[in-house]
Amino acid sequence: MRYIIYFITGFILLLLLTWSTNIDHLIAGAAVVLVGTVLFGGYFTDRPLKFLQLHRIVVFAIYVPIFVWYMVKANIDVAYRALHPERPIKPGIVKIRTTLKTDIARVFLANSITLTPGTMTCDIDGDILYIHWIWVQSEDLEEASRIIASRFEVFLRRIFE
Amino acid sequence: MISAIGWIIIWIGVLFDVLGAIGLVRFPDVYNRLQASTKCVTLGTFGIMVGIFMIHGFSAMGIKALICGAFLLLTNPVAAHALMKGSLHFGVKMWKGTIVDNYGKDKLGSEQIERGGG
Repeated sequence: MRYIIYFITGFILLLLLTWSTNIDHLIAGAAVVLVGTVLFGGYFTDRPLKFLQLHRIVVFAIYVPIFVWYMVKANIDVAYRALHPERPIKPGIVKIRTTLKTDIARVFLANSITLTPGTMTCDIDGDILYIHWIWVQSEDLEEASRIIASRFEVFLRRIFE
Repeated sequence: MISAIGWIIIWIGVLFDVLGAIGLVRFPDVYNRLQASTKCVTLGTFGIMVGIFMIHGFSAMGIKALICGAFLLLTNPVAAHALMKGSLHFGVKMWKGTIVDNYGKDKLGSEQIERGGG
């Protein structure tokens, strides 16, 4: 089942990339996507159909603009630190604990943390994430988890779990 | 009109790329430099892609730019994460102003912070 979903997704992506319905393109593309499916389909998520549920898509659509806003804020923050004459940084690696359970949700959490203000994921070990923080506000595990992760977990739990 | 907005977004993207490069020069160690380069270059390049999409609309080039942008958002943090973990395990020391290193304490035996000297 998940191989079929993977094939369809890959084929749609290929159609968007080539942007042509020429029969040669379709046949060659289908062959390439088939090879990709056989090789990598096993790594695909277990229950792909649950990502088509309407409420997940709605929450995702809300999440994207909020995420872009955090990204813009992160960039202004880094630009400020880079341009400030005294270079105000106080870096360190802190631990946080996530409440998310599935792997894919944790991957998205780690990526979101990397792209948002001053924080960057070094490693994931079970439910512990190691975060490089450019301006350490708290070394405490619970406090740091609340500052860094909770604002994304609210959304990601509804999208991926 | 749409094309003008596209050009503005492209130039904002270029501006963020430049700021990322400045951060790369000014920050003291690998980890802080990765922060600057990952964040600014991701948003900057994503901005350029969105600008191209706005100028060309739903054509072959516009859609390609949009898909490139989406892949950039997914893969750039992963690449930065790999670089960071690689540097930690390779033993690249952190800047002497670093105040805490829980990763080194837990996984590598001791804090990987540069002591004394320059």
